[in-house]
Amino acid sequence: MLKIIHMNVNGKEVELAVDIRESLADTLRDRLGLTSVKKGCGVGECGACTVLVDGTSVDSCIYLTVWAEGKRVLTVEGLRSGDGGLTPIQQAFIDEAAVQCGFCTPGLIMTAVELSGTGKTYTRDELRRLISGHLCRCTGYENILNAFEKIFGKNPKT
Amino acid sequence: MEIGKNRRRVDAWAKVTGTAKYTADLYPANCLTAKVIRSTIANGRVVSMDVREALKVPGVVKIVTCFDVPDIQFPTPGHPWSVEKSHQDIADRKLLNERVRVYGDDIGAVIAEDELAAEKAARLVRVTYETYEPLLSVEAAMAPEASRIHEEKPGNIVASSGFKIGEGDFDRLKEDGGLIYVSGTYTTQSVQHCHLEVPVSFAYMEAGRIVVVTSTQIPHIVRRVISQALGMDMGKIRVIKPYVGGGFGNKQDVLYEPLNAFLATLVGGRPVKIELSREETLGCTRVRHAITFKLEGLADKEGNLIARRFTGYSNQGGYASHAHAIMANAANIFKQLYQDKGVLESKSYTVYTNIPTGGAMRGYGIPQGDFGTEAFIEDMAWAVGMDPLEFRLKNCMKAGYKDPHLGIACYSYGLKDCMEKGRAYIHWDEKREAYAHQTGPVRRGVGMAIFCYKTGVHPISLETASCRMILNQDGSMQLQMGAAEIGQGADTVFTQMAAESTGISAEKIHIQTFQDTDVSPFDTGAYASRQTYVSGKAIRKTGLLFKSKILAYASEKLHIPGDGMDIRDDAVVDKESGDILLTLGALAEEAFYSLDHSVHITAEATSHCKDNTFATGACFVELEVDIPVGKIKIRDIINVHDSGRLINPKLAEAQVHGGMSMGLGYALGEKLIIDDQGRPRNADLLDYKMPTAMDTPDLHAAFVEIADETGPYGNKALGEPPAIPVAPAVRNALLHATGIHFNALPLDPQTLVERFMKEGLIETEGTAYV
Amino acid sequence: MYDLKNIYYPESPEEAVRMLEADENSVLVCGGTDVLIRIREGRLAGVSLVSLNDMRELKRMERESDGTIHIGPAVTFSALSDDPLIREYLPPLGEAAGTVGGPQIRNMGTIGGNICNGATSADTASMLKALNARLVLLGSGGEREISIHDFYTGPGRTVRRREEVLTDIRVAREDYEDMYGAYIKYGKRDAMEIATLGCAVLARTDTDKTHIRDIRIAYGVAAPTPIRCFQTEEALRGRPIDAALFARLRRDVLSEVSPRSSWRASKTFRIQLVKELGERALRQALARAGVPDILKGGGGHA
Repeated sequence: MLKIIHMNVNGKEVELAVDIRESLADTLRDRLGLTSVKKGCGVGECGACTVLVDGTSVDSCIYLTVWAEGKRVLTVEGLRSGDGGLTPIQQAFIDEAAVQCGFCTPGLIMTAVELSGTGKTYTRDELRRLISGHLCRCTGYENILNAFEKIFGKNPKT
Repeated sequence: MEIGKNRRRVDAWAKVTGTAKYTADLYPANCLTAKVIRSTIANGRVVSMDVREALKVPGVVKIVTCFDVPDIQFPTPGHPWSVEKSHQDIADRKLLNERVRVYGDDIGAVIAEDELAAEKAARLVRVTYETYEPLLSVEAAMAPEASRIHEEKPGNIVASSGFKIGEGDFDRLKEDGGLIYVSGTYTTQSVQHCHLEVPVSFAYMEAGRIVVVTSTQIPHIVRRVISQALGMDMGKIRVIKPYVGGGFGNKQDVLYEPLNAFLATLVGGRPVKIELSREETLGCTRVRHAITFKLEGLADKEGNLIARRFTGYSNQGGYASHAHAIMANAANIFKQLYQDKGVLESKSYTVYTNIPTGGAMRGYGIPQGDFGTEAFIEDMAWAVGMDPLEFRLKNCMKAGYKDPHLGIACYSYGLKDCMEKGRAYIHWDEKREAYAHQTGPVRRGVGMAIFCYKTGVHPISLETASCRMILNQDGSMQLQMGAAEIGQGADTVFTQMAAESTGISAEKIHIQTFQDTDVSPFDTGAYASRQTYVSGKAIRKTGLLFKSKILAYASEKLHIPGDGMDIRDDAVVDKESGDILLTLGALAEEAFYSLDHSVHITAEATSHCKDNTFATGACFVELEVDIPVGKIKIRDIINVHDSGRLINPKLAEAQVHGGMSMGLGYALGEKLIIDDQGRPRNADLLDYKMPTAMDTPDLHAAFVEIADETGPYGNKALGEPPAIPVAPAVRNALLHATGIHFNALPLDPQTLVERFMKEGLIETEGTAYV
Repeated sequence: MYDLKNIYYPESPEEAVRMLEADENSVLVCGGTDVLIRIREGRLAGVSLVSLNDMRELKRMERESDGTIHIGPAVTFSALSDDPLIREYLPPLGEAAGTVGGPQIRNMGTIGGNICNGATSADTASMLKALNARLVLLGSGGEREISIHDFYTGPGRTVRRREEVLTDIRVAREDYEDMYGAYIKYGKRDAMEIATLGCAVLARTDTDKTHIRDIRIAYGVAAPTPIRCFQTEEALRGRPIDAALFARLRRDVLSEVSPRSSWRASKTFRIQLVKELGERALRQALARAGVPDILKGGGGHA
């Protein structure tokens, strides 16, 4: 069954017909071409599909698109500025070699964007807890934490 | 100088902006979905499949059963093909199998317009089976009354091997007396790779050819196996590998590409995709083999290793995949890492069972072999009463070691330096002393393990790699490799190597990350720890050729002999003075558009690598165990690696972190649990305990950098080694903390608590702490 | 894609009840982190959903003048942990909510969903049991208020009828005032876990902090449903805070729990955790109550 929904996706108002059975991850990927939203498990266990809904991180694979009616959705594609520049957290991921296969990267960056909204700083252990909804098999989280600490750390590693 | 530089990854921008395209990001708009119909028994035979109800599901296009596929058996491992029949991989599966050998075996496939229809139809197919007792252990499968899992292999033994080094006889030495005898059985569990991107592919036909786009480590091998499985000409098959979200060996197997290609041929060439679920990935692709080691050893009172005996049993699961190559590798580290003054006897078996199929996984049998070897060596040191580090220094592989069977040698040697570096970092001597006599519920320990690892697969298999360099009109370079970037950073170090060998700056080198067998030069792919070594040699060779072609053209234009010139920083310079004679931009423009002599400068070379060399290293761990609840907390951990010269130290470090994390998961909790019917119980990421950020301590990586003469840039293996020594180091630290020898992985809380109860470390009465 | 037949958006709990009654193939969803997964597994395939996700009325947090705290069932775990009322009056409940899954799951899953799915492993359920929470269920015949102790009937089963909506969770002043508590979730991992065992303890001491005045001990996964250890509590009430207190707890709780062996954990292991976590949670609770030097001792410290 199709339903017309309205959302603000990456700053743009969109109106589109979606199947009520679609997850937000499906809609973003298949209808809007926002393929930074990765699917790693389909059940909210890996965090690769994390996007922000009204500023809050959710696993978009277990979030029905119809629930996003009237809400603001942000994906990594929405961080692109006109000049192609990167956000500080994206740059930190590059500089700290926090990227390997890259499949968990967009989701982690969205969690970072969520944190940047709080304006707070965090200890390394707090950051561990804050990223614990993202699985990564390549990095052992070490350089990812270094990148997070560089931006949000209480005592950034020098 | 590009080698040794912490260059940022060439693919980092694409990955942090979400623009990097992985296979599932490229599905054509009209793509059909295929769902594999899976057996609900682990051992038996499909008698019939009734698809009538399933075909009624709206959206279903076609259903294929195991009775509809070509009668061709094919091999799946990502090995170079061998022209010697005796050395060829075991061809023991069909596109769909009537004879069921694992729970979730591929017995049919539904092609539908969408995923839900395909899933629904797959559930509605009525299957009748002839069911046999599932054979889950090596013992059960080797029993005389066991059913034959593959007709070709009576007794269910896939292969066995053995050797003896030195004179004399183990039993004789043992009976002679005067030596300290140690024995033990050490076991490892099935674990899974857990790459974040599941195996996924799509296939379609184009003018009589099949195109398969897939997340693989081995695009050229995938093409060969599709050709074998379908009985189709290789030239008619095109395989494309986009960005890959991790592989760790699981994608060094040809998983569903042949079936996918076959299905596309059944729907008139329309695109069909197969995207496995996470549950299928964990339960129905490949696992790290569970291996049991029965080990015996003799040492003298001075701590000299006199003799050892090794018997290994590898649980292969239902299909051969990489088969005995893994068990043989595990037996090799037992041989290579220590040398006995007397004799070493070794015998190994790989046995078909009905558990999920074992395949390649980071370290290829060595993490298992190192657990057996290093837990056992620790126990020998314990029995001798010697510090385990000293015992290792005394008996381990020495500089100049050469494997007596394979001829692989330590062309560079940093093992002892790694040990000393780790010793200092962890404060080994102080902490061994400080934690020696603890009581109470929370105890600490330090432990270590060492390893050695051969870099490539020569001389066991062929090592061959090609590279192509193309000069662009602006003096920049297109770099094409057959070797695959799967997340490890290969494209970045290839770029650095190409810059080093040509004088073109890394910024002006554009590497093609998508392999396309129609275009990309041949390489067998990302496996072993071979690419920086083997494919690196191809870059070096091609770079020299490329450079000589450029200089020849420059010589023609400038009328200066080529050997008087060089290329540095994107310019042809005078070799002696360094003065710029011609920028590459100007040269390239001339070469392309000259009305006098137009030439498109390209170079391509194959490196047939006949070298191999050992990388080595050590892991040191300090842990704390909370005995009443069985939890281990890693207080500190370091891996020290002897991987030759580092091409990119920062990426090397990152590679080590990932391996250590995988090793910690192996040590502390990961295990694919198989029930008594052969069914995986925890085939999801909630119940399969891959470590989260909260379970992972800070990871420390260090290196002993000694250039290896056989490496193209002094480098040797680094990709797999970090995962190897962690589990035995943790086990040995736990022994130090508690005095208890845990001989089976993983060291999960329940295992610990139940053992602590048995050993009296946990009181079992309700009033214990009054 | 989820195999859903339809999805309904009631404006009010009353309308939700009517919708559930009108479509007997429908179930409630409030958060979706559990229901959607069951649909995907095929266990609930083809159902219709009555979605409470954005119902403001079910997200209200309030403290009445008599001290009763009302918790809206549609409040997410994150919102619960961050809520000022919870932080001030029910910090142990916020602590329990903070142990669920990972951050994204906590942003989606709700406390109402957590208890209504009937799982013994629900992290907030054992704490709500310790708090003697009362639950308000709205059905076609009107509201009924029941104690959480009468809510669970078996694994995955509760007294809530399919067409009933949980509209309020109430905690009375006497159940939290001067009570200090702790929740320990034991999992094989430290995040993204379902509890191998969960233990919630609340304690009230006398003014000089030497005796237990009141104590509540509840467990998840120690039985087919979350349970309270009323007899143990009775035996410990009024006792001095000393080694014997903990020994008694460790011994007595065993007669009230009935953990089973499963492929996830053995009975032996769970019993050991029952004893150990009970003692550790009580020690943490007492430390928060201001009892000095209480964290260390017994079988290790948490």
